[in-house]
Amino acid sequence: MLERYDFNLLDKIADLSYLPENTAYNIRKNGLSAERKVTETVDITTKTDKPGIDITIKPFAKDETVHIPVIITESGHAETVYNDFYIGEGAVVTIIAGCGIHNSGCDESRHDGVHRFFIGKNAQVKYVEKHYGDGDGTGGKMMNPATKIYMESGSLCEMESVQIRGIDSTKRTTDAVLADNARLVVTERLMTHGEQVAESEMTVELNGSGASAQIISRSVAKDTSSQVFFPNAVGNAACRAHIQCDSILMDNAKIRSVPAITANHPDAQIVHEAAIGRINNDQLLKLMTFGIDEQEAENIIIEGFLK
Amino acid sequence: MLELKNVSFSVSDEVNGRELGIIDNISLTLEEGKFYVITGPNGGGKSTLARLIMGIEKPTAGQILFNDEDITNLSVSERAKKGIGYAFQQPPRFKGMTVRRLLSLAHGHDLPEDECCAYLTKVGLCSMDYLNREVDTSLSGGEVKRIEIATLMAREPQLAIYDEPEAGIDLWSFTMLVESFRMERNSNQKGSTVIISHQERIMQLADELIVVADGKVRTRGSKDEVFPTLLGEFDRKCGLRGNEEVQ
Repeated sequence: MLERYDFNLLDKIADLSYLPENTAYNIRKNGLSAERKVTETVDITTKTDKPGIDITIKPFAKDETVHIPVIITESGHAETVYNDFYIGEGAVVTIIAGCGIHNSGCDESRHDGVHRFFIGKNAQVKYVEKHYGDGDGTGGKMMNPATKIYMESGSLCEMESVQIRGIDSTKRTTDAVLADNARLVVTERLMTHGEQVAESEMTVELNGSGASAQIISRSVAKDTSSQVFFPNAVGNAACRAHIQCDSILMDNAKIRSVPAITANHPDAQIVHEAAIGRINNDQLLKLMTFGIDEQEAENIIIEGFLK
Repeated sequence: MLELKNVSFSVSDEVNGRELGIIDNISLTLEEGKFYVITGPNGGGKSTLARLIMGIEKPTAGQILFNDEDITNLSVSERAKKGIGYAFQQPPRFKGMTVRRLLSLAHGHDLPEDECCAYLTKVGLCSMDYLNREVDTSLSGGEVKRIEIATLMAREPQLAIYDEPEAGIDLWSFTMLVESFRMERNSNQKGSTVIISHQERIMQLADELIVVADGKVRTRGSKDEVFPTLLGEFDRKCGLRGNEEVQ
């Protein structure tokens, strides 16, 4: 059952300070389904062959919202969870996922979420995922999300992932396959500090004519943390893709970006831009001319950059 | 209000290691409630002088006093808190920072929408279109420049320094900008404004013109005294009048 402290985590990762009244949700805590609600258009069922749930949105459902957050409060709890999303033709839905780990013990807590999205014709999905860790224990907080997205013709998927603090190690893989006129927008925001390690590997295959993808990655690496990005866009049809990776490097952190763009069709237009660097000195000076000290100016710049 | 006492600034030449003088022993006093225009040839030290006053550069010799207090060793933010403001010649862009947020940061607290709009209108921007736009590469150079000017207006400092505000601004907006400076000048009796400019219409607003060349104050005085001498002096320097005289 959920306790009061759980809502602190739920609020951080899914903006849930209380259980929603009119929308569907499934809240997983320490490997068990703690709360669940289904609606006429959103069904949630527990998988029988492995841990996880199936979320089914009926065709042409309009403006649905589903919360499926996961929290881990038991030190040493490790799990791999398989969630499948079936979005019916023409449905419009916002899915708010996210994982929060509170580890006050000395054992490693780990959540590996394996998500598959089957997005029907002309459906529109907004998927928001936040990762957050806290707790003063010495045990590590690990998250390794793997996401596969299958998009039918004319569908739209906007995926937003945020990992701002507290996760010691993360390896994210995202694969998307786009049919005719499908559009994928991925926004990834990441901040690492201490000795944290983050890796993100993304492959987008644009197989249908008129398909388009926009990948925006913004990250900040502080202290001695390290980040690696492997974005890869493959154009197999007359399509457009734009990958933009911007990173701010601080202290003794390290960032590596290894982009790949592949055009297998003469009308594929694929662009990649990447920049890694320290905070621009003129930006700091500009804010300092407002009477803001250097440290605060740095925070304001990072906050805006990751917004 | 502001006093520069024997201020010099030099940098080390990267090629031969020699000291390269940028500002050479300038002493200058700026009074409260006055509108100054600093002009002079490119590379003469105007922008460096402004950056020395703001604290972005530190003088290699001399002293800077603001309201009788020695601010020579104060940081940029400390000087800003004392009431000095500066609009950059080439303003930086900020990813993720909206125009409204930047204006609010400049002002010191959250600015209501109508006040933000008023500042943007002063610099010739159709305000509602810009409030929630990010100050990033999606804006043109002229737009960023005008937003920069608006931030200094929103800051309302005791001493406002604009470094070539006209640079990159189209003619229509420039007319509006000159009007805004004129209004600032007339309404702000206590604060002082320093504009680094090459534009005659901005010079015409000045209570006093200061000509900086070769790192020194070449001359200063009312616009009626100084302005007529400007064209002749610099044309001669560039050899532009030479042919005329021969003819």
